[in-house]
Amino acid sequence: MKRGGVEVRSFGYFLQLRTGVFSRSMVPAFFAVLCIIGVVVAKLDLNYLINEIFTRLGRNTFLVLSLLIPVVAGLGLNFGIVIGAMAGQIALVIVTHYRIEGLTGLAVAMLIALPLAVLFGWLTGLVLNKAKGREMVTGMILGFFANGLYQLIFLVLVGTVIPMNNPTLLLPSGIGIRNTVDLIGVANALDRALDGIWDGLIMFDLGPIPVGPWRIPLGTWLVTGLLCGGISFLMKTRLGQQMRAVGEDGHIASVAGIPVNRIRITAIVYSTVLAAWGQLIFLQNIGTLNTYNSHEQIGMFSIAALLVGGASTRKAGIGNAILGVFLFHTLFVVSPLAGQAVFGIPQIGEYFRVFLAYGVIAVALVLHAWQNRLPAKG
Amino acid sequence: MEWLKSRPIFWQNGLIESIGIPRIIIAGFLVFLFVLAVVLKMDLTFLISDSLVRIGMNGLLVLAMVPTITCGAGLNFALPVGILCGLVGGVVSMSLNLRGWVGFGTAALLGIVLAWILGYVYALLLDKVQGQEMMVGTYVGFSMVAGMCIFWLAAPIKNPAMVFAIGGQGLRYTLTLENYYCKLLNHFLEIKLWGITIPTGLLMFFGLGCALMHFFLKTRVGRAMAAAGSNPLFAKSSGVNLNAMRHLGVVISTVLGAIGILAYAQSYGFLQLYTAPLYMAFPAVASILIGGASLQKASISQVVIGTILFQTLLTIALPVTQTVLSGADVSEIARMIISNGMILYALTRGERRR
Repeated sequence: MKRGGVEVRSFGYFLQLRTGVFSRSMVPAFFAVLCIIGVVVAKLDLNYLINEIFTRLGRNTFLVLSLLIPVVAGLGLNFGIVIGAMAGQIALVIVTHYRIEGLTGLAVAMLIALPLAVLFGWLTGLVLNKAKGREMVTGMILGFFANGLYQLIFLVLVGTVIPMNNPTLLLPSGIGIRNTVDLIGVANALDRALDGIWDGLIMFDLGPIPVGPWRIPLGTWLVTGLLCGGISFLMKTRLGQQMRAVGEDGHIASVAGIPVNRIRITAIVYSTVLAAWGQLIFLQNIGTLNTYNSHEQIGMFSIAALLVGGASTRKAGIGNAILGVFLFHTLFVVSPLAGQAVFGIPQIGEYFRVFLAYGVIAVALVLHAWQNRLPAKG
Repeated sequence: MEWLKSRPIFWQNGLIESIGIPRIIIAGFLVFLFVLAVVLKMDLTFLISDSLVRIGMNGLLVLAMVPTITCGAGLNFALPVGILCGLVGGVVSMSLNLRGWVGFGTAALLGIVLAWILGYVYALLLDKVQGQEMMVGTYVGFSMVAGMCIFWLAAPIKNPAMVFAIGGQGLRYTLTLENYYCKLLNHFLEIKLWGITIPTGLLMFFGLGCALMHFFLKTRVGRAMAAAGSNPLFAKSSGVNLNAMRHLGVVISTVLGAIGILAYAQSYGFLQLYTAPLYMAFPAVASILIGGASLQKASISQVVIGTILFQTLLTIALPVTQTVLSGADVSEIARMIISNGMILYALTRGERRR
């Protein structure tokens, strides 16, 4: 009997494991299929696609990685990374104003963004600690709220209360920052930082098949790789262990003597700082700052990418982030072209990818809430 | 604050607490704007007429928050689901070339039927995600809006007044309701009083909605629904079917969203398709919170007060700040800060269990 019992239990365990792996790889698999269908339907030039993905992996991965730490600490998906992105953009405007260029300019922007992001992150953490159990919706609304303050500063206060005299940055009326700011000074500063060693260009002919031109943004990939290492290291430190404990069960952690609220704030501060730097990396690649739009979509697209990579609101790793950026952005490139090929209307593809981004987040949130309720029921 | 608390005159009767600090701040701001408008010699009658229209336009969308809060499902961030149903009703009625009251009636009827069905499906989904309704609702609303964008583009409608001029496929971004039922409610029994235009029909429509909701909440079913929301254990032991009550609340809210957007559209003069409904839940949510509602409790009077305060503020802020700041549009910024600040306040205030 005893033996039977053990067998039954281990069979159940086996099943659980299987369903776990199954459901976790389900989402990436679904999107991989979608990507392949899109590529085939759109008859896309693979060289173009690969080059595009190399660029986008550099551009977006850092931002997506900035979401990981709060997930570990049990705060869910940090919709507040928009606030970090704003810190980055404030720093960029300052750097552009003082015409600090190149890699130095980017480094100075990172330095300026650091204290801003720490402050913003600390404030975000304080607010989120007052809204335990609904951190995500609070973070999202906080992002909208901060966007209002951001616009107040950049549209109304600059040129009136904050003295600034720079016709290239200000609107013709002299009040408010222009809608688009050319970042020619820092454009591609990090992407091309290692050009002295190798410019990252891959181009050769494999028999009759032309390969390339693919260009790897080497500097950005290196920095992103360093961040991956940094996050793995952080998780092994005392702080990382404490975060994990808080994420597992806040109550038990507090009984064990971990300052739960402080750890949660620390996690958000880390995330906000990384988001600020991530936004800087994102914008140096794009080359222009859409002063009032660049940050808005960042939260949504980064979160959607992470979820597409198979993460959930309680479990996310570096692998999820990279796989997610790869899949989500492949779809991003492919879907307008596929929409054009299938329906003859490119907008359909464009709306489809927005639909996917929102839909993925909605489904992930539903699944998460559903799973959380199951043990309570049983 | 300490000074205020130490003065029994202010605190003893719970006067400030019962009105609520945010409401005092916003009402104060509103008075300040009115004084500014008078000082600047602006046309007050015009501002008030405009405010009345805006109150009537948005009222039903705000009222849609009451049933979900009452039945315990919290603020209905998935309001776009209902809004989209109303828009589909409007588009279908327009493509059938129905005008005037018939057109509006058909649109509303279709909207109600669709909203009833979709609201029920959404309510079934909410059963699985209790406690996360707000976040799930927001993204269900977002993805519905994005999904419907594809529908608007591919909709099999050939009326040349409705599809893009170039290509002949896909509905336009905004459909003008002129010649259909533009300002139908606004002009119904319209009164001019001391230079102020009162959109009687529109306000009556809002009033009717509020009255019906008030009487519904007084019925047996309404009371059962309120009990299910405020004290689920007690309600369950008295034989109330909790799930059915939640379903009903969500369905009514979605239906109100559908009718609300049609009342909004006929006053605005356009059906706004594509991404326009994306953020429409947020002003409605903010309004009822400004009225003094919490995540657990809301009343009709809070709907009325909140709508009046918020919409008047938004209507007046634009012309006044434009005069003061010579052209800078601060009203949009003020809307973002006030509405989201209000929602944040409600989210962080903590649960008041009774």
